[in-house]
Amino acid sequence: MPSLKDLKNKITSIKNTRKITKAMQMVAAAKLRRAQEAAEAGRPYAERMTAVMAGLAASVGTSASAPRLLAGTGEDKVHLLVVMTAERGLCGGFNSSIVRMARLKAQELLGKGKTVKILTVGKKGREQLKRDFASLMIGHVDLSEVKRVGYTQAQAIAKDILTRFDAGEFDVATLFFNRFQSVISQVPTAQQVIPAKFDAADAGDAVALYDYEPSEEGILADLLPRGVATQVFTALLENGASEQGARMSAMDNATRNAGDMIDKYTTIYNRSRQAAITKELIEIISGAEAL
Amino acid sequence: MAATLQFDLVSPEKRLASFQAVEVQIPGADGDMTAMEGHSPTITTLRPGILKAVGADQTLAFAVTGGFAEITAAGVSVLAEQAVAVDDLSGTVLDGMIEQARELAAMALPEDKDAAEKLVQDMMVLRNHEAH
Repeated sequence: MPSLKDLKNKITSIKNTRKITKAMQMVAAAKLRRAQEAAEAGRPYAERMTAVMAGLAASVGTSASAPRLLAGTGEDKVHLLVVMTAERGLCGGFNSSIVRMARLKAQELLGKGKTVKILTVGKKGREQLKRDFASLMIGHVDLSEVKRVGYTQAQAIAKDILTRFDAGEFDVATLFFNRFQSVISQVPTAQQVIPAKFDAADAGDAVALYDYEPSEEGILADLLPRGVATQVFTALLENGASEQGARMSAMDNATRNAGDMIDKYTTIYNRSRQAAITKELIEIISGAEAL
Repeated sequence: MAATLQFDLVSPEKRLASFQAVEVQIPGADGDMTAMEGHSPTITTLRPGILKAVGADQTLAFAVTGGFAEITAAGVSVLAEQAVAVDDLSGTVLDGMIEQARELAAMALPEDKDAAEKLVQDMMVLRNHEAH
């Protein structure tokens, strides 16, 4: 049985923890709003970009003249997994869910005898993947100094990916990130960026009617690298919103848990205090009766 | 009132402008063009330059680099990688952009060298334009 003082200390400490988790929750809520706005603001660009590229890709097709970013290298041997996670923890299953998905994919590819290379964005993913795949890691992008993710960061990451592609380091690149659905639901997503893949639905019917200046191939060659940057940017924004959402609900849970624990320990504290008083009374009474 | 078309300018980070314009002047990769209502559907890539949208009651000008414009009979949407309103444009911003373009040109592969150099030249023209 812990002493009354121990219990009291414990309750104070949990109360302090609750204050911290509560504060973190509120910070995450504020950041979430900003992240969501950023994600929404970036959507029109990404959507138009995809639609136009899908239309172009459909008309250029997989002819021999198609750019390598669209047609691929013709092989399927080396896969690059770009794993995007947060720089910080304390956000529930956010990082683990991405890492789990990437790990499964890596194991599946390795099982098929393919070569896997891993590029990590964000510290947490690197720490977790290093345990299993240390030899496969080829790079890391550190965003811990970045307060607000901008298009410049996405461009830098895309440039890194494209340089590696041009150097023939891989055949297929896939992005791993969390797609934001709501505060309580973030969906781990794998998106193939090289060679570019489009849903038929993305391409409107009208696209074929356009005049192109310069040629279709020229525009496509210009747009595809930008498309990679756009997809990376969208992924970063979705990830940012998801991270804050995940942190917010994780901290909400933690706050509620702390509240429950405080209630529990307060009851125990009161009971023990009452027991001590009763014990003292019994001692006094039995002492008086003995006289 | 002259017939208008819907003008949208978006950058990856946000929507910069959206209104009814009478004409839109676009710095296309193969030459400048002006889009008005009823223009034949065209997609063109952009070179760095000034994009100007003339509306019934407002005229907006932006310095844009990279991206493309999609023109239909009823509207123009411009997707620019970087877009700065001309009013906010100062020599220093441009100098930064030129510096960036120069670095890229210096690093470019031989076959891309011409395009990269052209980019720098376009920026310089933009800079001179700004100085006047």
